[in-house]
Amino acid sequence: MDKSAFEERKTISAPMHASLRHDSAHKHVAGSADYIDDMPEPEGTLHAALGMSDRAHAEIVSMDLSAVRTAPGVVWVMTGADVPGHNDISPTGRHDEPVLAEGRVEFHGQPVFAVIAESREAARKAARLAKIEYRDLPHWTEVTDTLENGATLVTDPLTLSRGDADAALAASPRTISGEMRIGGQDHFYLEGHIALAIPGEDDDVTVWSSTQHPSEVQHMVGHALGVPSNAVTVQVRRMGGGFGGKETQSNQFAAIAAIAAKKLKRAVKFRPDRDEDMTTTGKRHDFLVAYETGFDEEGRIQAVKANYAARCGFSSDLSGPVTDRALFHADNAYFYPNVRLTSQPLKTNTVSNTAFRGFGGPQGMVGGERIIEEIAYALGKDPLEIRKANFYGEPGSDRVLTPYHQPVEDNIVARIVDELDHSSDYKARRRAIIDFNAKSRVIRKGIALTPVKFGISFTATWYNQAGALVHVYQDGSIHLNHGGTEMGQGLFTKVAQVLADAFQVDIATVKITATTTAKVPNTSATAASSGSDLNGMAAFDAARQIKERLVAFAAEKWGVSPDDVAFVPHHVRIGETLVPFADFIKQAYMARVQLSAAGFYKTPKIHWDRAKGMGSPFYYFAYGAAVSEVSIDTLTGEYQVDRVDILHDVGRSLNPAIDKGQVEGAFVQGMGWLTTEELWWDDKGRLRTHAPSTYKIPLASDRPKIFNVRLAEWSENAEPTIGRSKAVGEPPFMLAISVLEALSMAVASVADYRHCPRLDAPATPERVLMAVERLRGM
Amino acid sequence: MASPIHLELSRPQLLISSVVTSVVTGTAAEAATAQSPGAEMPQNSKVSMIVNDERHEIEVDNRTSLLDALREHLRLTGTKKGCDHGQCGACTVMVEGRRINSCLTLAVMHQGDEITTIEGLGEPGNLHPMQAAFVKHDGFQCGYCTPGQICSAVAVLEEIKAGIPSHVTSDITAAAPLTTTEIRERMSGNICRCGAYSNIMDAIVEVAGTRA
Ligand code: FES
Ligand code: FES
Repeated sequence: MDKSAFEERKTISAPMHASLRHDSAHKHVAGSADYIDDMPEPEGTLHAALGMSDRAHAEIVSMDLSAVRTAPGVVWVMTGADVPGHNDISPTGRHDEPVLAEGRVEFHGQPVFAVIAESREAARKAARLAKIEYRDLPHWTEVTDTLENGATLVTDPLTLSRGDADAALAASPRTISGEMRIGGQDHFYLEGHIALAIPGEDDDVTVWSSTQHPSEVQHMVGHALGVPSNAVTVQVRRMGGGFGGKETQSNQFAAIAAIAAKKLKRAVKFRPDRDEDMTTTGKRHDFLVAYETGFDEEGRIQAVKANYAARCGFSSDLSGPVTDRALFHADNAYFYPNVRLTSQPLKTNTVSNTAFRGFGGPQGMVGGERIIEEIAYALGKDPLEIRKANFYGEPGSDRVLTPYHQPVEDNIVARIVDELDHSSDYKARRRAIIDFNAKSRVIRKGIALTPVKFGISFTATWYNQAGALVHVYQDGSIHLNHGGTEMGQGLFTKVAQVLADAFQVDIATVKITATTTAKVPNTSATAASSGSDLNGMAAFDAARQIKERLVAFAAEKWGVSPDDVAFVPHHVRIGETLVPFADFIKQAYMARVQLSAAGFYKTPKIHWDRAKGMGSPFYYFAYGAAVSEVSIDTLTGEYQVDRVDILHDVGRSLNPAIDKGQVEGAFVQGMGWLTTEELWWDDKGRLRTHAPSTYKIPLASDRPKIFNVRLAEWSENAEPTIGRSKAVGEPPFMLAISVLEALSMAVASVADYRHCPRLDAPATPERVLMAVERLRGM
Repeated sequence: MASPIHLELSRPQLLISSVVTSVVTGTAAEAATAQSPGAEMPQNSKVSMIVNDERHEIEVDNRTSLLDALREHLRLTGTKKGCDHGQCGACTVMVEGRRINSCLTLAVMHQGDEITTIEGLGEPGNLHPMQAAFVKHDGFQCGYCTPGQICSAVAVLEEIKAGIPSHVTSDITAAAPLTTTEIRERMSGNICRCGAYSNIMDAIVEVAGTRA
């Protein structure tokens, strides 16, 4: 018994809900946190580079790689024909995405061959020596061109409908229709893609891959090599950012590295250059939204009809679920009594677009918010008034059904918006801005308050499962492994907190280990904001199993009822006896108690019937709202974000410090997407914004001048999630819509707010200026 | 038109290879890229640098960037490669007390120079005040930009102290004021894609002793 120690340390260092710092904090600041490129390379490691097409759409007539093969340092040149298994890395099994193109290329920059050489420089230089003869075919890179030229789809479209949108439109007192273009976004994870493949015995290969989805890399490498999954081990300790860009896009680099490593029996490292990375990996989907809405004089929506056409690129990748999620969020927080939403996942001759934080949801929501803005300008009202008039109703009311027929049962949007409306002094500031604009000639201001309601769960129901592996060693130290990946979001810290809390030990007792397919199999991507929800619960389940065995052991050994055994800080209390945790574990080991468990979790309740467009695809919703104030220069279109106030719902936060960081970071990234980050393809179909010199990401100087971020501390998840918390990765990204709309208001001021400026995204200074000029002429 | 591929070579390579490559005009159904493979063999040089207070003598290809020399020859991998084009700041180190994008400078240009990388600022257990402030304020998420941010931040405070004006300094004849606007502007060469700017600023402001 050790009462004194217990008296001294009544708490543990980092239970759930504590603002614990990131688990790698001390290493990040000292440069000792290793990313894959920092790991010591195995002796004789070779390096890879891509040979890329310089045509957007063409047949390959001939390919002469002799100069590449004989270039200094080159060991092997690999083409699609050299892929021993399937030359295919289509993540949805549609067989539409080769590792290396054969016979035809479908976008400018498509990988056609790979060079393996003694050094990266040698490989890169040799890759430029190919002589490829092409026969050009017509190509379409823009959504509009594609629509005008007999658009084909990369995957099946989706329709969501409820009520009779056409009839309701015809019967509506007022109607508006319009179009909105929404640009894409490059992930620009600061650590680019990388794969390091190390060949093993027989058909074995180990791949260190910067991926959010180790299980899929495992499957794809196996598929390309023609070996079963049990031959392939994929590992990742941490990524320098992912944001969705490493969900499927890691497959290609991993597959090429693994094939070369097996063939050459040497380790192969593939770290593309930044330009190569930006050229050959998918981005956020651009959309063209065509909408039509009917409403009454109060601004109450009667009907919405919208088509979301997306630039998907040459293959399907994840475009099906991404465009689906766009439709799932076209309603944002608003009830549409009659609605018909359709998606159009277009095939274009561009790199295949992919997952990006929000996964289509942001684009869906931007379209929905444009409709609100249209109604507000048509009626001469504050858009916030229109928003409030259209929020989903209280549970049990007749205004809770989404376009996909799932009722919104945990609605807190009205409370969030009201609190923010007051705390930010929105109304008074809006009046002051209108006064200011009336007097100011050149500089105009705008302000907007926009809400977010974001559905949490993978819409592919089977992805909503997770595993964890927990070992307690004889000395009481704990080893944690789970299927989630760490990309800066603090997942590892949060899951470790769950375990520390379960065993009532200090966080330092829990060792967080690299994600590997060898420890936890069949995992889902760390995506859809689900990382903590799923992996936290799986770790909790593993702890539960071990604790149950320990309780049974203690009850038997000390002769007490299991109810009298409790895990208390650093100790186990058995009846009246307090045993230090490590001593207790040692005794359990001696008594042959199994101290290891594989935990598992699957999200309850959810189901989704895509063909019918009906179901409950989301376990719960996360909410938030932001007010942004901006100033624009009407002579140049330049602008700045003066102030942003955010109130965001993360349920009962597992770690408020990490969650607040996620909210701020997501907002800044969302702001970049909607303002300065513009992707641009030339008439040859070549991406010209393939480096940070031409692609403008928010900088420290772009951060809002005043930035007040609060978590809704009163919120608790209505569902029994881990610690009643809510997912945080994606939802706050969409808070940045308030910046776009504030810019729009500043533009609208030049025509006395009589016209909706129809400011498309990204609202670059050029686009702001053009909108100002257009409105001046109205 | 120059073959677009040339532009994708990173800068130090471009400097060299543009001398020896041929420019090809492509027409529709013609060969895509051709490039004379006859690059003469690169020269190697010995360089001696004082890195983190330790003298190192290395032999490098003349075209090796300081970044690659640090990462690949000296195994100092704390300095990161974000873009290799001088546009992200992840590779920031201090040379003779001034910050520099190490991907934009050749190792051979630093004969005899004193270089400080993130590893030289401090290590776990003995952190530099700026490193400690980044821990305290959670000045990162994924951490990939962090070494560059910290090296930049340390140098920024020195620059301000030395009275070096920036783009936002209104009176370039007076001493630059130690304001958040100044710091933000000066830190704008360091991209943080995770958007941890608020916490990064809090950390720097704390060390600077200014008020936000
Ligand atoms: S790696 Fe040097 S600035 Fe980006
Ligand atoms: S912390 Fe990820 S880029 Fe800054």
